[in-house]
Amino acid sequence: MSVIATPARQSTGGISARTVNRILIYSLLALFALFYLMPLFVMLVTSFKTMDEIQSGNMLALPQAPTFEPWLKAWGETCVGLTCAGIKGYFWNSIKMVVPAVLISTLLGALNGYVLTKWRFRGHTLVFGLMLFACFIPFQSVLLPMATILGSLGRFGVTLRNATGFSFGLGNPTVNLVFVHVVYGLGFTTLFFRNYYEAFPTELVKAAQVDGASFFQIFRRIMLPNSMPIFVVTVIYQFTNIWNDFLFASAYAGTGDAMPMTVALNNVVNTSTGVVEYNVNMAAAMIAALPTLLVYVVAGRYFVRGLMAGAVKG
Amino acid sequence: MTTVTTQIKLTPEHSARPGASMRSRLQDALPKIVLAPSFAITIVFVYGFILWTVYLSFTNSKTFPSYALTGPRAYQRLWRWTFESDPPSSWYTSITNMGIFGFLYIFICLALGLFLAILLDQKIRGEGVLRPIYLYPMALSFIVTGVAWKWFLDPGLGLEQTLHQWGWTSFHFDWIKNKDFVIYTVVIAGVWQASGFIMAMFLAGLRGIDGEIMKAAQIDGATTFQLYRRIVIPLLRPVFLSAFIVLAHLAIKSYDLVVALTSGGPGGSAWLPSNFMYEYTFKRNEMAVGSASAVIMLMTITAIIVPYLYSELREKPR
Repeated sequence: MSVIATPARQSTGGISARTVNRILIYSLLALFALFYLMPLFVMLVTSFKTMDEIQSGNMLALPQAPTFEPWLKAWGETCVGLTCAGIKGYFWNSIKMVVPAVLISTLLGALNGYVLTKWRFRGHTLVFGLMLFACFIPFQSVLLPMATILGSLGRFGVTLRNATGFSFGLGNPTVNLVFVHVVYGLGFTTLFFRNYYEAFPTELVKAAQVDGASFFQIFRRIMLPNSMPIFVVTVIYQFTNIWNDFLFASAYAGTGDAMPMTVALNNVVNTSTGVVEYNVNMAAAMIAALPTLLVYVVAGRYFVRGLMAGAVKG
Repeated sequence: MTTVTTQIKLTPEHSARPGASMRSRLQDALPKIVLAPSFAITIVFVYGFILWTVYLSFTNSKTFPSYALTGPRAYQRLWRWTFESDPPSSWYTSITNMGIFGFLYIFICLALGLFLAILLDQKIRGEGVLRPIYLYPMALSFIVTGVAWKWFLDPGLGLEQTLHQWGWTSFHFDWIKNKDFVIYTVVIAGVWQASGFIMAMFLAGLRGIDGEIMKAAQIDGATTFQLYRRIVIPLLRPVFLSAFIVLAHLAIKSYDLVVALTSGGPGGSAWLPSNFMYEYTFKRNEMAVGSASAVIMLMTITAIIVPYLYSELREKPR
């Protein structure tokens, strides 16, 4: 489909119009590559500089004496609000929140997609439509009721703990966030699996049914073994979204030890006591960005597919 | 998909045996039982909560929810604030910013995304390297993006200082500290983050166009420019629509970026409605007003999304 590439015009003298064209295209592309890389580059080099070098030197210059100190400080010492124990605790908070939330929402999405394509019932489109619309709502419109409910669940948890010695996770901010992310991630995971299973041959399901296979047997033996690509896409999509979430995290775990990484990072950067240590801030930002960047580097193809599936439905 | 529904009808044959009938009826209901929790969760926690928020917006809730209806007072206040431009009310600032940000963000992302996709589609060597470079910002959280650009745009540390060191001392760029321009820095960071993804959408669209059509047009003597304007871009209409939907709902939901990049801007000058909602609900103890603003945000998105979803689900009633 490339058009400019095919030489439809005659060459003029020494340098052909085509060559000029190519140079122009490549320089534009390179220019934009710079635009996209610049902030990451600045963040990266700054995180390896000493404060002296930052104040005296150029933001684009490579670190003269690269130091790993800011990274160590960000990980283990920097102040998040009033506690100065680094961001490592918050990093683990995010992991503890992300892993269960991703697994639960993905599995539920797979089952929902299976039912909505292979066991259709009257009104399945309406059910799907209602779940799909939930993907697009601004979460501000559910933020307050959810806060109220989580608050009363928390109080109930305290009562339970007094009575039985165990709160069953009620009132635990991490558990709350897992729940919230599962609830508001269901629309997406269902969408992904529904669209994937839509293209899956129904004849196979039918044949298995005739052979007497049950609902779950078909799911386990036929659907799951053929669902690897969509599992990867969904897990990556959910992982990125939940790891990067800020609104729910700040509303339901905005203070205290249970803060996820994004909230902690925002606090580190906006902590106004003493000298602002830009190198430490940048290192903290890099640490917060690394998991999703890593996923992107390792499985970029699936990441893009997930984004596309979230954008174009069928 | 009628094949499946007739398929399920197979099971009642077993119901001749009384013992098996319970079993098979359970088997029949199983799919619905499996779907039910997810559906119930959606109904309660999405639609129920939306109604709850709507209800709260008609009360007099301040710091805590109050459940005595007091009429559309919150909406009347928002309406009044809509025209309070001098000095601007927080709501006026938020919706004006939404207009500026929404328009520029969507327009620039579409234009830049299409432009880059067309450039990348010219049989470029190294496309495999360039594409991920354009796209990686989408993997970052808005908070990280905000932190990075905050540094980059800071007049004392970032771009301005760098250019001063290089000798261009008259260069001046302090938008991020300027209440009239701070919203444009949010546009810059937002475009940086999303335009690569829009490029990928357009590129996928371009790759899907039948090469024969292009060849035919070229044989007819169409110039490159004509080819794109008259043939390619009209063929990309569905991609424009999808990209617009994605961008519009991202724009209305934008919240984190403003917080991380500008902390709300000088005197709240970078607020979007999402920031307004959060501040009024959780910090200014005006829960009813916050809820009303959330309802307005929801209605805006609904007006865009529902027709789109309806047509998408309608189109393929397989």
